[in-house]
Amino acid sequence: MITDSSPLRLSLRGITKRYPGCVANNKIDLDIHAGDIHALLGENGAGKSTLMKVIYGLVKPDEGDVLWEGEPVAIKDPAFARQMGIGMVFQHFSLFDTLTVTENIALALGKEAGDLPSLAKKIKAVSEKYGMTIQPDRLVHSLSVGERQRVEIVRCLVQDIKLLILDEPTSVLTPQEVDTLFETLRQLASEGCSILFISHKLQEVKALCHRATVLRAGEVSGHCLTENEDAASLARMMVGADTPITATFAKQFGTEPVLQVKQLSIPSESHFGMSLKDINLTVNAGEIVGIAGVAGNGQEELLASLSGETLSPPGTLFFKGQDVAQRRPNHRRALGLGFVPEERLGRGAIPDMSLTENSLLTGFLMNLLRKGFVHWNRTRNFTDRINNEFQVKTAGREATANSLSGGNLQKFIIGREILQQPDILVAAHPTWGVDIGAATAIHKALIALRNQGAAILVVSEDIDELFLIADRIGAICDGRISPLTPTEHASIEIVGRQMAGDFQAAS
Amino acid sequence: MDIDLITNILYAMVRTGTPLLIVALGELICEKSGVLNLGQEGMMLMGAVIGFIATLTTGSLVLGFALAMLSGVLMSLIFGLITQELFANQVATGLALTIFGTGLSAFIGAGFVGKPVQGLDPIFIPVLTDLPLIGRMLFGQDLLVYLSFVIFGGVYWFINHSRAGLMLKAVGENPDSAHAIGLPVFRIRYLAIIFGGAMAGLAGGYLSLAYTPLWVENMSSGRGWIALALVVFASWKAERVLLGAWLFGLMSILHLVFQGLGVAISPNLLAILPYLATIVVLVMLSRDKLNNRLVAPVSLGRPFYAKS
Repeated sequence: MITDSSPLRLSLRGITKRYPGCVANNKIDLDIHAGDIHALLGENGAGKSTLMKVIYGLVKPDEGDVLWEGEPVAIKDPAFARQMGIGMVFQHFSLFDTLTVTENIALALGKEAGDLPSLAKKIKAVSEKYGMTIQPDRLVHSLSVGERQRVEIVRCLVQDIKLLILDEPTSVLTPQEVDTLFETLRQLASEGCSILFISHKLQEVKALCHRATVLRAGEVSGHCLTENEDAASLARMMVGADTPITATFAKQFGTEPVLQVKQLSIPSESHFGMSLKDINLTVNAGEIVGIAGVAGNGQEELLASLSGETLSPPGTLFFKGQDVAQRRPNHRRALGLGFVPEERLGRGAIPDMSLTENSLLTGFLMNLLRKGFVHWNRTRNFTDRINNEFQVKTAGREATANSLSGGNLQKFIIGREILQQPDILVAAHPTWGVDIGAATAIHKALIALRNQGAAILVVSEDIDELFLIADRIGAICDGRISPLTPTEHASIEIVGRQMAGDFQAAS
Repeated sequence: MDIDLITNILYAMVRTGTPLLIVALGELICEKSGVLNLGQEGMMLMGAVIGFIATLTTGSLVLGFALAMLSGVLMSLIFGLITQELFANQVATGLALTIFGTGLSAFIGAGFVGKPVQGLDPIFIPVLTDLPLIGRMLFGQDLLVYLSFVIFGGVYWFINHSRAGLMLKAVGENPDSAHAIGLPVFRIRYLAIIFGGAMAGLAGGYLSLAYTPLWVENMSSGRGWIALALVVFASWKAERVLLGAWLFGLMSILHLVFQGLGVAISPNLLAILPYLATIVVLVMLSRDKLNNRLVAPVSLGRPFYAKS
């Protein structure tokens, strides 16, 4: 057990970083002891990423001091941080797809990497010691997301590491993989390595970490020992006093099939893609179906075939009994489809265009066109309705899409689709990166749409979210979809096994 | 065809392909770092004219080649400054560099058109030169051709076997990740741009000091552009760049040979051959769509901003 008597490894004193228009970090203090597993908690936009980039030398703070083992240091760049013994596992991996595992690790190590064959041996030895088997000569693009994360971690471990920073490491893992990761981290900590674990998942923080520092709006809202707190009190520190943080929704079942996928198989066109294999799926009017899964298991391909970006073989996709497999996206929208894509900027909205123009993009069927001309007044009114009803924080309807924060843009896109009253809504990661208050609002809007009789399919990596809103639940793995189970009868453990490809788990 | 003719064709093939090989290897390194410099033609012309004037006025070929490379480097630094520091669009900047180089070289060289200079002499390597067929091709060339062999070997080794080459590829594939793990993205890209400039300048110098030792306006006649196409169709592989450059050389010679043999095809049509054949062959080599996605530098042409 870690006590205050363990030597201090890293101390931050009064770290402040300002960006134009916002203060990302305001006078942050943080102490991490040797062998401590320390959580950095906070919502998206609370300043976690900026703070960890300060520690790793990617961002220079405007004010404040960094003390490393009691000595003041200026961490000028990532290479310097690594020399000191700081390693970092990024949320969006910093790996190179076309290089092998060994080459990737050699790149980060610099000259100390030595020759590749002996480095490969070292990688194998380290990865086995910590129970994270990886094959050094594999090309990175052929690895699963979980394996890539192991490469990132092993890359930190092959050098002498004293502080390991992990940025939302569990968002890409199945529940079982999360357990394995936690074992590795505990083993590391018991050997004296300090770990800074960045997350917004409270249960995980409670399960793994000894201490937590909670950030809210760029400031420290609390330091605590996790054993003295529960999930609700931690959440309260994250969001403040006046935001609703919990909700439960009654489950319901539809009977009339609205969206049907029958024996859909689409071979992948690229090395980096995933083939869809014999997918059968029915979503009824008045229910929400949730599909869990680790990124890269065919979600992207499934979503593209539902939206119409990829056409499917005839007879595989039906809206309200009508074969739409060969229909283009606009046609499908005219038949009552609403679609919230995974990628907000680029697919969901055009970055450099105003919100008004972006609302026209999919809302054109809302009587916004007049003989081929745009009815700008109606379009502006529609945009204002989205912004008001979904509380989009923006400088106004003429603000460009890329000027909005991720969460606000998500609210805008969800609002744009829901206000069109679709019969079928397909939504990918509806609350990804959205703060707790806004996530609750989005969940309520989805439930309201369901209660009006819409058929809703939600694809998400957040299992907790699916259990909260979905009426039936399943998982996608390796391009296949598991049988669906009523959420009331499903457990996280079963869905976790389905996410790993064990589809027998349902029965 | 008798054996002497074939020996001579092979000799001329390598000689003709050399400027293309040098400039394409420079561009290959540049593109591997994720930078697309369309200014090859302009940098070559500047190298050609400056190298020619230097040798004509001083009589020193060494100084001529050195200044040819230097002028290529200076041109590439203009490109580097505009695209890496000011984040201008690489395609537009490269095009502008070519137009600038074409015009400036014509202006500087206006008074030197048609003047003769003593070009580079071949160096015969004893015994080896007399080998049948390949003797003259590989061992009876001038110093710059030998140098192009060395540059090819160096680039091949650098890309495939050196740690620095790994860093170069990493920067070209994902500059954000490279920055995050501590690689000096800007320095690597600048060095790659400078190497590309030096090679383009050297290739230009070869044209005006060895291949045809005189200065004519626009004398690179599209080789810079062919080099760009060559790198793409060669799937960013050094050995295929060599193959493509020599193929281009072979076809350039063949059209002269055909004319000499009295083949009844319009010489204008024959003059298209090198361009056509080079592209056709390399397109066939690179038609594997899946493989291409793996070989192309992913960030090619995209600017990199270090966020702080």
